[in-house]
Amino acid sequence: MNNKKTPKSGSPKSDLILDRTELLAYFWKVQNTQGYIRSEDIVACSRALDISYIEVEGVVSFYHFFTRQPTGEFTIYLNRSIVSECKGYERVKEAFEMATGATMGGVDPSGQFGLFKTACIGLSDLEPAALINFFPFTNLNSLKVKEIVARLKQGASPADICDTVPDHIRSVPEEDKVMLMRDYDPGLAVAPLKEHSPESVIEEIKKSGLRGMGGAYFPAGLKWEFCRKEAANPKYIVCNADEGEPGTFKDRVLMNSIPGLLLEGMTVAGYAVGATEGIIYLRAEYSWMKDKLQHTIEHFRKMHLLGNDICGIEGFNFDIRMELGAGAYVCGEETALLNSLEGKRGEPRNKRFFPTQRGYLLQPTVVNNVETFCAAARIMQLGADHYLQTGTPASPGTKLLSVSGDCRLPGIYEIEWGTTVAEVLEKCDADRPHFIQVSGPSGECISMDEADRAIALDDLPCGGSFMIFNRQRDILEILRNYTNFFKHESCGLCTPCRAGNFIIEKKLDLFAAHLARQSDVEEVRSWGEIMKLTCRCGLGKTAPNALLTAQAKFPEYFESIVNQNPERLSKGFSLEDAVREYDRFSS
Amino acid sequence: MNKARKKSNGQAGKASAKAANKATDRITITIDGESIDTEPGRNLVQVANENGIFIPSLCYFEDIEPPLGTCRVCSCKIDGVAGPACTETVRDGMVVEAITDELTNARKAIVEMMFSEGNHFCPGCQKSGDCDLQHMGYEMGLTQSRFPHVFKDRLIDFNPSRMIMEHNRCIKCLRCVKEVFTDEGKAVFSFRHRGNETRVGIDYDEEAKLSDQQAIDAMHLCPTGAIIVRGELHARPFGVRRFDMESMQKKEPAEDLKIVLPKEKKTIATISLAGCFGCHMSLLDIDLKLIDLVEIVELNKSPLNDIKEFTKHCDIGLIEGGCCNAENVEVLREFRRKCDVLVAFGECAIWGGLPAMRNTIPLSECLEEAYLNCISSMDDEWAVPYHEDLPKILDKVYACSEIVDIDYFIPGCPPDANHIWKSILSLLSGQELSVLYSEFKYD
Repeated sequence: MNNKKTPKSGSPKSDLILDRTELLAYFWKVQNTQGYIRSEDIVACSRALDISYIEVEGVVSFYHFFTRQPTGEFTIYLNRSIVSECKGYERVKEAFEMATGATMGGVDPSGQFGLFKTACIGLSDLEPAALINFFPFTNLNSLKVKEIVARLKQGASPADICDTVPDHIRSVPEEDKVMLMRDYDPGLAVAPLKEHSPESVIEEIKKSGLRGMGGAYFPAGLKWEFCRKEAANPKYIVCNADEGEPGTFKDRVLMNSIPGLLLEGMTVAGYAVGATEGIIYLRAEYSWMKDKLQHTIEHFRKMHLLGNDICGIEGFNFDIRMELGAGAYVCGEETALLNSLEGKRGEPRNKRFFPTQRGYLLQPTVVNNVETFCAAARIMQLGADHYLQTGTPASPGTKLLSVSGDCRLPGIYEIEWGTTVAEVLEKCDADRPHFIQVSGPSGECISMDEADRAIALDDLPCGGSFMIFNRQRDILEILRNYTNFFKHESCGLCTPCRAGNFIIEKKLDLFAAHLARQSDVEEVRSWGEIMKLTCRCGLGKTAPNALLTAQAKFPEYFESIVNQNPERLSKGFSLEDAVREYDRFSS
Repeated sequence: MNKARKKSNGQAGKASAKAANKATDRITITIDGESIDTEPGRNLVQVANENGIFIPSLCYFEDIEPPLGTCRVCSCKIDGVAGPACTETVRDGMVVEAITDELTNARKAIVEMMFSEGNHFCPGCQKSGDCDLQHMGYEMGLTQSRFPHVFKDRLIDFNPSRMIMEHNRCIKCLRCVKEVFTDEGKAVFSFRHRGNETRVGIDYDEEAKLSDQQAIDAMHLCPTGAIIVRGELHARPFGVRRFDMESMQKKEPAEDLKIVLPKEKKTIATISLAGCFGCHMSLLDIDLKLIDLVEIVELNKSPLNDIKEFTKHCDIGLIEGGCCNAENVEVLREFRRKCDVLVAFGECAIWGGLPAMRNTIPLSECLEEAYLNCISSMDDEWAVPYHEDLPKILDKVYACSEIVDIDYFIPGCPPDANHIWKSILSLLSGQELSVLYSEFKYD
């Protein structure tokens, strides 16, 4: 309940000057300095923007990392993704609780430590991992946790004692076929623009067959062309660096190892569509990389790779700024991301217009993700013909996989499209693989019977996440983790996603309590189909994918967990459980 | 609504211009194979409904532009792609699939989700009879939800000076968020939080700035009873409320009254579990047909004849009430064993009904409130009754279908006497007797 106390005295005008697009940035400042957001801050913001309190409060409450209660001097966000669970989440959680005195979801009595769980933080190759004041701490175990907490208590700052995140680039294609992870020098992609007209850049990208690497695979050249053809100005280039799909960390590695490549890719896009401003929407979980990106941007300005008359091309002005997300998976959906950039709730928009028609501030906008811009930069550097020599005819080029889970070498694998699952498993030295989740919880799972399938658009597309689970992992626990994730990350706007994920989670609890029957398997499948058919955006439509594909590919598993000899007398109901609370309270 | 008035004024002015273009401006769309001639740019839900093809919708409200597309109840396939009809404007050559098994089932499921997700106690709601959600349930013939009710605790916000925000009934359609503003243009409502925690928040200060009429308009804009204005009751007598009597769909055929009574007598047992016996009373409301009833059935265990124990296997068992204690569960299981067909009649048996109001509150709190924080008849002694002779209280009230398989459901609180009679007769004789729209109620 919003129990605000509006101060009646004082002038209604506020000293704060704010544009709606700065709303998230404003609350980040408040959150970081105060540790939480007070009603007074919301009042101040609503006055500055001349909008109602509830509208601002609605935005603040949407984002996971904006809190209305103090979160401690040291705020610990422990990752609770499935990979983290497999690697010892429970033990690490207990260790944190013991060492800090805070229980999960709260702050310790002294107010020094706050301990919270969070969705995948993009460190799946280094699990269990946590962010403390948004600085990364990786490969945690009980001993390490004790030591970290002890040092924090002694006055160390998280920035000083956090871990350096390795890039873990494990494998790239042979020599000439490496696309993304080859050597990089600033200017490689922007310099060739001198020889190109914007139209010919678009032609080159179209020729290369480059598609959006975020998972929708929309042809990038076509998107740019649509945007170029719009009459309205200004136009915007937005980079989706909100890599939230559990198990994905390829964009992290791209931005950490070759941040310049991303800037160049955006610059190329800006040149092609006639935009002068680029915005990187960086997920809050990656804010530890913010300074590095900012330095690169400044360095680029000095080198005339950003700014006015870039590379001496007269009249080609383009600059890039960064905006920080605030913890919402759904903001990876491009229209939700645009809403978030505009200082609104990250709800996907109605699909009346493409962002290329009406995007950021209703202006023509290209939204691509980090990997797509990086690939576009490489195409400008090497030429579309070079790009077309790799991959398969249907999906040319290469793809970055973020491999995690039960394997000896988790990390980044640049593969040619067309590489088989078996080859990837061999390269990463997978440990008795059994259940492989491709493209994250919203993708599909495969069994080892399908190890010969090729990772390619016309066979097994992969957005980047590649999670390997061995036979010891319980499939139901994996699915429950995913469903719980979607339940929290649904924006709440449409019924089938908001209620569907919640209801499916309840049903899976029935399976976990060994109370499910074969008919429950069929039921939950049909519910998943309904969500796929009716949800408003990609999040809801893909949320049941893991469950549906798991049912199709591991029928024997589901047979083994349901009651095969059900009586009509006992559906998913246990009298013993139902009277426990009464017994406990009364006796 | 102000907007609506403006719109109708504007339309009057444009009418002549429109008429001039009319001959050239026609387009053809196809819905379920049927060609429909219409004007371009109109809303698909409206065009369909005007042409006798009923596409259910909930969040859709004529004057909100662009349409919200949040509830997904109007999901169709448009040119082969699934999506809501309400966000579509018709264009020439558009091909729409509206009434297919898959889509009808999905739409029904979404309305069921709303009932399961919220706490919709129709008999206790001011908006009952005028509620769009309830109306969709009636139009779709929804007897029960396939989804378990989640009974999440949702508070009621009494803080605003004039309005009451009843979160239990909110279906998050977004209508109020997008449409209710103060004269200064500030939003009065907004979504708060996200996922299944999403709630509509109301701004107390801005709400106070609304005029009385604006507040009442907001209440009427709400498709359910989530926005209530104090002192402005909806209460209208049964039968004259908006959705009581007539379906929006094609007119129902005249009732076929030629009922053939079965020759063989069938055995029926009835019981009231966690119910109020109201459903049994409603059963007696069939008046003269009671004489027919005794001709064709033999009552076994039932409160109507006071037979306490089953004396034989029965054909049909009628269950009133859900299960709130261990004894209810045992009796229900016995019914399942002793009856071929089990019918849950009344809201309590179907999903818990009014007793399930306690489901959002932990049992321990209920017991404390009822037995410990009260005036005791025993001298200064407070205790929760607990004895081997007393049935144990369950952690929540369960729907009968959560415990045993139920074959048929007759909704209502209580169900209409004719609804019960026709359903039983259909079961006994095998003929299909259609229940009229006006006999199908949740309150």
